[in-house]
Amino acid sequence: MAEKVGVYVCDCGSNIAATVDVEHVAQWAGGLPEVAITREYKFLCSSLGQAMIAEDIKTEGLTRIVVAACSPHLHEKTFRRACERAGLNPYLLQMANIREHVSWVTKDRVAATSKVKALVAAAVARVQYHQPLEPMAVAVNPHTLVVGGGIAGIQAALELGDAGYPVYLVEREPSIGGHMAQYDKTFPTLDCAACILTPKMSDVGQHDKIQLLTYSELEEVSGSIGNFKVRIRKKARYVDDATCNGCGLCIEKCPRKVVDDGFEAGMGYRKSIYTPFPQAVPKIPVIDRGSCIWFERGRCRACEKLCPTKAINFDQKDEILEVEVGNIILATGWDMFDCRRMPQYGYGRLANVFTSLEFERMCNASGPTGGRVVLRDGVTEPKSVCIVHCVGSRDKHYNSYCSGICCMLSLKLGHLVLEKTAAKVYACYIDMRPNKKDYEEFYWRLLEEGMLFVRGKVAEVTDVARTPQEEDQLIVQVEDTLLGKQRRIPVDMVVLMGAMEPRRDARETGLKAGISCSMAGWFIERHPKLDPIATMTEGVFIAGACQGPKDIPDSVGQGAAAAARIEGMISRGTVMIEPVVATVQEERCSGCRICNSLCPFNAIDFLETEKVSKINPVLCKGCGTCVAGCPAEAISGAHFSRDQINAEIAGLLCDADGRESGAELAFAPAQAE
Amino acid sequence: MSDKGTLAIYWAASCGGCEIGILALNEKILDVAAAFDIVFCPCIMDTKARDVEHMPDGHIDVCLFNGGIRTSEQEYMARLLRQKSKVLVAFGSCAHEGCIPGLANVTNRQSIFETVYLDSPSTDNPGRTLPLPEVQHNGFHLALPVFYDTVRTLGQTVKVDYYLPGCPPEADRVWDAVVAILEGTLPAPGSVIGAQTTVCDECTRTRSEKKIKAFKRTWQVWPEESQCLLEQGLICCGPATRAGCQSRCPTVNSPCIGCYGPNAGVEDQGARLITALASVIDSNDAEEVERIVREGVPDPVGTFYRFSLAHSLLRRAALVPDEERHELPLPRAAQ
Repeated sequence: MAEKVGVYVCDCGSNIAATVDVEHVAQWAGGLPEVAITREYKFLCSSLGQAMIAEDIKTEGLTRIVVAACSPHLHEKTFRRACERAGLNPYLLQMANIREHVSWVTKDRVAATSKVKALVAAAVARVQYHQPLEPMAVAVNPHTLVVGGGIAGIQAALELGDAGYPVYLVEREPSIGGHMAQYDKTFPTLDCAACILTPKMSDVGQHDKIQLLTYSELEEVSGSIGNFKVRIRKKARYVDDATCNGCGLCIEKCPRKVVDDGFEAGMGYRKSIYTPFPQAVPKIPVIDRGSCIWFERGRCRACEKLCPTKAINFDQKDEILEVEVGNIILATGWDMFDCRRMPQYGYGRLANVFTSLEFERMCNASGPTGGRVVLRDGVTEPKSVCIVHCVGSRDKHYNSYCSGICCMLSLKLGHLVLEKTAAKVYACYIDMRPNKKDYEEFYWRLLEEGMLFVRGKVAEVTDVARTPQEEDQLIVQVEDTLLGKQRRIPVDMVVLMGAMEPRRDARETGLKAGISCSMAGWFIERHPKLDPIATMTEGVFIAGACQGPKDIPDSVGQGAAAAARIEGMISRGTVMIEPVVATVQEERCSGCRICNSLCPFNAIDFLETEKVSKINPVLCKGCGTCVAGCPAEAISGAHFSRDQINAEIAGLLCDADGRESGAELAFAPAQAE
Repeated sequence: MSDKGTLAIYWAASCGGCEIGILALNEKILDVAAAFDIVFCPCIMDTKARDVEHMPDGHIDVCLFNGGIRTSEQEYMARLLRQKSKVLVAFGSCAHEGCIPGLANVTNRQSIFETVYLDSPSTDNPGRTLPLPEVQHNGFHLALPVFYDTVRTLGQTVKVDYYLPGCPPEADRVWDAVVAILEGTLPAPGSVIGAQTTVCDECTRTRSEKKIKAFKRTWQVWPEESQCLLEQGLICCGPATRAGCQSRCPTVNSPCIGCYGPNAGVEDQGARLITALASVIDSNDAEEVERIVREGVPDPVGTFYRFSLAHSLLRRAALVPDEERHELPLPRAAQ
């Protein structure tokens, strides 16, 4: 093999050069087989750096390029484009990651330089076996699936629909609206949440491009960008959505009333046949099988008898719908921290300890108390209220992150209490973080309104009195860190600002769509700063609080951004996909079908007539599972061929420093300082 | 000497089945005899090693060598025949991959001797006599070949020109090889003369997607005659075994045991079998998978490496002391 390899070693400013003897590596690499040119440069990813590589390809006739720099995740595309501009097939490039894998993980210059040599040797050995590959163009199905009908999903669906592209909006609950529909006011402007949300909800309901699938869940996703096949479980509503006109007579006449743990957060009641709230979209009710008298005892059917359009159908079954879409947006939202997990705050044990969500419903004019702020007895107005911040957030026992919204939520709730009652309002906070547009001003407003701020993390909420003044009160025990004193604040009511947590089933949802979750359970974005809405799976986007704690404006922004990204793809019509795929050599395939069930992307079909398995290159992601699984060695993986991998390993084990064992060199642990 | 070619057939650590495999050519054996003078074949002719020692180098046109290398005498014969043969063929699974004798690589000479000469119930050896390579007896010096700790394949011992897999190689494949030799259409030296696909290719059973909840031993089930045996829970090595036998075992309702060795390009047949079976176990629960494997595969080496242990990446169980090698000096080339 006579290749001309160019080896480029990047300083990455001082990121690499401070730890690795880059000049020595570049000089040493010149002695490796087939290496024609080696250079060391301050920032290879800069336009000058790229131009230098392109120039060398043209003038020196380089046929293979090795770039020793950062992670290929970051700049492989950059250097591939540089090769392409110089007329070299972009897949004839190999990167050695000497930053994340070397300079950032050790301070030992000698060991780091040795390891870099091994990695460069591996890349040089491997790149000689690279084959030119051509990306494949795939048509993009103009339909989009949006999972989650909260404000982020609603925004995404409307953006796409308004652009003229069809959308399937899947929502697990009987109505869209999400958490925002539960709120009374929104900070910092104190707009009524319903007033700004319900018009959007009805737009979705009436939109000719949006097919709304409520009371439905994502079941399975197959395929890949441009051409996903999605199975959706449409749960049995027991109400025929085509016939029901939403008159609500059935709800009125249903004899069974149960506590509403969902929308009303346990603060109110609903019927067994219900819509979660009056402005629900769609207006079609569902029957809660768990509490319905007919399902429980086999009699009643009041709703069925009285329905004017005969829409009730007790025999309805779950339906599986199959739709084809080009892209998917997950906007599945968040769950609230279960405040029972912090028993020191007494939630669930002390009647007048509320969660923020319960309190939201109480403040809401259409909520269970008609907007009156009262104690758990439903009558007594509190004379004092204490809002406890960071319940389950900023606490390494629960969630180390800051939920971001609670400071503002606390201010909003404090304002509502002051507006609706004559109560004194305390807020116990660790730090006040009202850090967006007009938020700080809102904080000042509450200071002026007389909300009392105590800087300190609450230790305990108790009803055990130590003094006669504390009798029949809730005592908030807190260290006021500004006064440097322990305080016991007696109040009538405590509101806990529970953390925003990932959906309990976020991991399963992520698995279905082929994306992963962070340690905390939030969906992982492609890049935390530069691409927060894309994921590592092409064609799957995330928007809103499923990516991390977010307030309404941020969620709306992400929903719109995800939609814009997808609109771009649909209007182009095609996307280019990586040609790094597996191929079955038909003459070697015996049709044993071992590989058929292995593919995580369902890319392998068995051809009955030819009796061989075949891989659909559009669906294949090049993961290599089938390549390893094929007992006949009939499947090969492009860009990860046996030759390439063996050469890479041999290069890695090379005796870079003239020591006896290359393996020792390559895998020696970094020495502790 | 006639103008016919010369043929040698030799056996080392093998069972004699390969000679039967050659005889299974039936009447075509006459064509072989017409084309070659058989100059050395201890199985059917009274020829001695010293006859070979006296041949000039390269005197034998084709040597079909079956059996693995277990003793110093076998190693000597392998080296001798290599020196005297133009084309050396590793004939059959033992020479190719070690085969059943190679399974002894899970143990060593000492424990083999203890089992065979001391511990087996039918052995009466009150003096605890074990074979020795050399003894003085009544003034005579007696020698036996040294028994090695490890069985090696022919290819691990000397340079081999071609491999003919199978236990034994199928007569049709032997004939194909003979024709290739006579017509000069042999593939590149060092390669296996055989198919590029696996037993499933020749198997007529119906296959579907495989999902296996339990592996069964052959005595536990009466397999259904038309469905893939692996899908019925029997460990069939067909998917990882080179084609060439016309799927002989599965055709008679018995799972393939892997005698034709790995497909072309595969380094380790057992590893391929393990990944293949791991791929089709229908469970993601670690404990359940462990139970399925423990109950269904009581003898993993004997199941996955029945024919290929000596040739595999594993080669043998760890051996603590360095193995002694007893190489006999080769005679100088006869004039």
